Amino acid sequence: MSLYEKLGGAEAMDAATDIFYRKMLADERVSGFFDDTDMEGQIAKQKAFLTMAFGGPNNYTGKSLRDGHAHLVEKGLSDMHVDVVIEHLGATLKELGVSDEDIAEVASIANSVRDDVLGR
Amino acid sequence: MAFNLAYDGNSYPIEEEVSALDTLLNQGIDIPHSCKSGVCQSCLVEVVAGAPTQASQVGLKATFKARNYALLCCLFAKEDLGVRPLNSEDAEVAASIIKVEALNHNVLRLCLKPEEEFDVIPGQYINLITPDNIVRSYSMANIPGVDGYIELHIRVIPNGRLGSWLLNEAKPWGNVKLRGPAGECFYVSDKEGGDDFPMVLAGTSTGLAPLYGIIKDALARGHIGEITLFHGALQPEDLYLVDELYDLSQQQSNFSYTPCVLNGSEGDFYICGDVQQLVVEHIAKLKEARLYLCGAPDLVNAMKKKAFLSGVASKHIYHDAFLPSK
Repeated sequence: MSLYEKLGGAEAMDAATDIFYRKMLADERVSGFFDDTDMEGQIAKQKAFLTMAFGGPNNYTGKSLRDGHAHLVEKGLSDMHVDVVIEHLGATLKELGVSDEDIAEVASIANSVRDDVLGR
Repeated sequence: MAFNLAYDGNSYPIEEEVSALDTLLNQGIDIPHSCKSGVCQSCLVEVVAGAPTQASQVGLKATFKARNYALLCCLFAKEDLGVRPLNSEDAEVAASIIKVEALNHNVLRLCLKPEEEFDVIPGQYINLITPDNIVRSYSMANIPGVDGYIELHIRVIPNGRLGSWLLNEAKPWGNVKLRGPAGECFYVSDKEGGDDFPMVLAGTSTGLAPLYGIIKDALARGHIGEITLFHGALQPEDLYLVDELYDLSQQQSNFSYTPCVLNGSEGDFYICGDVQQLVVEHIAKLKEARLYLCGAPDLVNAMKKKAFLSGVASKHIYHDAFLPSK
């Protein structure tokens, strides 16, 4: 069973996404990437990302991740920022009562797309 | 068993095990989509014939569900269906002017009687089209279905085209056209016998119009939770409907009204200060509240972000930022 299913599927993603996105917005190391005021659009993207990282259904491809982040790489998106994402992902899961073992697996899924996100 | 799926004037056969999205894509129709898993919501449409299935509405805001919105990728036919993209052109309806009156130095109340049935939810907005084809968006400030007319609040901007038309040319029983409605900032009731979630509504200038419509709708539907309205203005004379809202707060024990003025003087009938700050302080203790924000885009976006950061769920924040016409 994937963590996505364990947490409760699509509906549980709403709560998880709010917690995660709140942490990202409140963190000065990454909040600059979210200056655009389209909160709904950004939340939808975060939700798709979390669904992927939790092993849920997704249509992510290396190309879509490259294209989707190219404008952020131009603005200076780097390994440090990906680390922050993974840190907040872990803290979000901790709040939801997820085991350390599952958190490590999510981190490794998130890590697996690092090079695509950073356009390498 | 196959059913029919109507889209953009055509009808296509749809198999039970093929999603509405794949059915249309297989016909070579270009439909925005991405995750195909009910997550990204890029294939959101309005179901106009048949009913959206429960699975096609998972994760949607309550107001989206109320408007029969559905995700095409999760929509499987159990009956004949019709769908259409959001924001597609609506038919125009003729209406006549029944009242124009000043609410303060720069806001007019315009009451219109549609000549045919016009289904709107208080809080939504419509396009008002004058005989000279000036088109502007305004929000409903009343319950048209009960009152039998539509009430709009119109801020008259110096040299603004619509304001000049209203002040100089519009006559009682003159004709206009309406298009719409649109917008997802409105009251949704979850429970029979009255909902008890707290509601916090905040706006500036004519952002009051949709908020007032939402408040009337909530009260008419027996809402029992606390309803708190903040109306912000730069100067005291920019406030309007003060007596009417104050009276309502005396009649309805669960409704409270706080006018607030940025450049005011202490000791008057309003609170001196920044509406954004008041709302953020208020909401900090009310994380389960539903928040309705209308008016100037900068303020709406700033309040939305602060409320979200202070713990209000994103799906409980409804907003309508008023964009200036260009």
